[in-house]
Amino acid sequence: MHLHDVWFVLIAVLWTGYFFLEGFDFGIGILTRPLARDRAERRVLINTIGPVWDGNEVWLLTAGGATFAAFPDWYATLFSGFYLPLLVILVCLIVRGVAFEYRAKRDDERWQRNWEHAIFWTSLLPAFLWGVAFANIVHGVKIDAHKEYVGGFWDLLNGYALLGGAVTLALFTFHGAVFASLKTVGPIRERARAFATRLGVVAAVLAVAFLAWTQGDSGNARSLVALLVAAVALALAIGANIAGREGWSFAFSGVTIAATVAMFFLSLFPDVMPSSLDSAWSLTVGNASATPYTLRIMTWCAAIATPLVLLYQGWTYWVFRKRIGTQHIAAADPAAGPSAGPSAGPSAGRPVEGAH
Amino acid sequence: MQLALEPLNVARWQFGVTTVYHFLFVPLTISLSALTAGMQTAWVRTSKDKYLRATKFWGKLFLINIAMGVVTGIVQEFQFGMNWSDYSRFVGDVFGAPLAFEALIAFFFESTFVGLWIFGWDKLPKKIHLACIWMVSIGTILSAYFILAANSWMQHPVGYHYNPKTKRAELTDFLAVLTQNTALAQFFHTMSAAFLTGAAFMIGIAAYHLARKQHIAVMRSSLRLALVVAVVAGALTAISGDTLGKVMFKQQPMKMAAAEALWDGQHSAPFSIFAVGDVNKGHNEVAIDVPNLLSFLATDNFTAYVGGINDVNKAEQQKFGPGDYRPNIPVAYWGFRWMIGFGVVSIGVGAAGLWLTRRRLWVAPEHRTGEDEVPRLMLTRGIGLGEGLSRWYWRLALLTMVFPLLANSWGWIFTETGRQPWVVYGVLRTKDAVSPGVSTGEVLTSLIVFTSLYAVLAVVEIRLMLKYAKAGPPELTDADRQPPTRIGGGSGGADTADDRPMAFSY
Repeated sequence: MHLHDVWFVLIAVLWTGYFFLEGFDFGIGILTRPLARDRAERRVLINTIGPVWDGNEVWLLTAGGATFAAFPDWYATLFSGFYLPLLVILVCLIVRGVAFEYRAKRDDERWQRNWEHAIFWTSLLPAFLWGVAFANIVHGVKIDAHKEYVGGFWDLLNGYALLGGAVTLALFTFHGAVFASLKTVGPIRERARAFATRLGVVAAVLAVAFLAWTQGDSGNARSLVALLVAAVALALAIGANIAGREGWSFAFSGVTIAATVAMFFLSLFPDVMPSSLDSAWSLTVGNASATPYTLRIMTWCAAIATPLVLLYQGWTYWVFRKRIGTQHIAAADPAAGPSAGPSAGPSAGRPVEGAH
Repeated sequence: MQLALEPLNVARWQFGVTTVYHFLFVPLTISLSALTAGMQTAWVRTSKDKYLRATKFWGKLFLINIAMGVVTGIVQEFQFGMNWSDYSRFVGDVFGAPLAFEALIAFFFESTFVGLWIFGWDKLPKKIHLACIWMVSIGTILSAYFILAANSWMQHPVGYHYNPKTKRAELTDFLAVLTQNTALAQFFHTMSAAFLTGAAFMIGIAAYHLARKQHIAVMRSSLRLALVVAVVAGALTAISGDTLGKVMFKQQPMKMAAAEALWDGQHSAPFSIFAVGDVNKGHNEVAIDVPNLLSFLATDNFTAYVGGINDVNKAEQQKFGPGDYRPNIPVAYWGFRWMIGFGVVSIGVGAAGLWLTRRRLWVAPEHRTGEDEVPRLMLTRGIGLGEGLSRWYWRLALLTMVFPLLANSWGWIFTETGRQPWVVYGVLRTKDAVSPGVSTGEVLTSLIVFTSLYAVLAVVEIRLMLKYAKAGPPELTDADRQPPTRIGGGSGGADTADDRPMAFSY
């Protein structure tokens, strides 16, 4: 096996990690609107991903950085070609991160409501757009002889790609609902489960249609296996959810996402970005990759760092393994109150504090 | 003809805006994580309330800051591909590796352990929780190392060869990229400047509270720690700046000639403190020069020859072919001066403070102050600064908060524009690096979107920072003082606290 094939697999692994992890935290962000009945419940949902969302997002940065290093041409063509959708995703990720951190920092109705709107939209849009992007990659886009994307913005919003977006959106929301039922306690847990069943059915319909289309469009024997795994896992996830086996349901919704990503990459191989203009102009693992020397160094780094990352990220999930309910959410931080702090009154009147 | 709105210029503006903005948060993240970790270490060792309150206070400001640092960093990771695709194709084999290392090793570290630290107060035993913030600190420093090694390669490419078949730079020696003297000097300089930045931030806020005689115990400890760090880091910034300058005189003589607006080379070259008039017309209207200093700074020899802009331009024309190899001279000249000027003032305020607030050394016993008193600013053994002057010192200290931030920004503007017209010095021109397929409309859209989004977020962030900085350290509860002894929460035995609210929640 050539090193650039290894890196093709590793890039797939990084995207799988990203969609598996940020998938449910996008889902949680989206569910803050339809699932939570009030602010306390919204906060329960947000806090299920509180300690982990930032680490989840690094899987994207690593996928980006690794693509830059291992397949410079893939990185260059993809990000300059899908310019505007990527811009929207970046803006969403910026606002989303700030929204999580800053939402509770002021005890002010309008402030909190605005950030909650932001969390919903900035979770929904990337969940949709990543599907659009990957559908386009798999289907092939207008790439010329110089490896440049020559299509326009609207070329990216074709029917197949929009269906792809709907699939990732539905899958991530389902994954998030299952995660919510696994991580919460109280009435919201039951509602999350009931909602997950309905979302699972929607996701199943969309996913089967899209994956079958993908199989017909660019599939092969290997991708068919991935398709079947995805379909069976999704059915099992829905079944486990109905049976109240939340852990199993989450594991299977995770497998569904992993198998979907696997199907994308298996359909692609050995291309990384097929050209719809002329297959001779496609970017492949061979013509888009870095030198063997760089790939070798990267392989060493990944071989050592990735297990460690999995270990300490896994440990984080174990530390925060307890379910969260509304009773665990403290009232607002005293410093977040609108009248807190010496700024609200004459500071000279404050008592001088001594050493304790 | 250079059009103002051609993609190259818009892309350059976008890189400048997003990078300078990102780097407002980076040095604070690097230094405040370590300073907060230091405070928490003091608490774990002494169990004194004031250190825990200091940890919570500075930790909160650190978190408000790192949130912005993290999200603005995402843009940096993708911007190369979006706006600089020809750059990415050309350098990816070399430049991509440190970026991937940074993500795999440093970003995961930072972001995972910061989550554990934020939410871990009631979930982790004292020492493990403390270890988390140190992990964050290590992560930020590793991250800085990798990205500075990548930038150093743009300043002085090593460990690669040009492959005419693939028409790109290809890595031949990764260790050389990571350990070349440019990378080491830049890392040393950037790291010490980062600690000067965080120290000045702490000094300013502590001075604000001490001037108002509030939160004295916490702020006094914070002030002393920050003053020591400011002076040490400041001295190291100066030393490493000198080292980096000497490296640059060898590797990029044009940048340093531009920094001095030295048009024609000379022996015993003077160092210009500042110039009046148009530096584009040369050194003729210079107000203050220090004779021979430039020669010394460049070579350690007071009479050595230093090349001027015109000489270097001619030399580069012979080496690289016809063209203009001069960067924007006024930006380089003034950027260099603002960097040094703001840096030196910060160090001066720190050094003055360290002396004035000393506790025992050469201070008459009747002027000494206790841990819970505002330190009396003492000039000599028996002479203090007096009410009015003391107030002015506290004000100046507050103002000094912004000086290192300005110095950092100008430092980057200087070193990046000073390298022009090259993006990779001597190898790839900036004009050949831009994405050929991206239209002016697209790149202009993204410049406008990022600039306006960043402006809004700046207002939000600064107001939040002010609010929490003014609110002062929080009062402690018994739960704060008694962290769990088991991982996951609780302290052994029957856990009755299952329904207790989380110590921290979003």
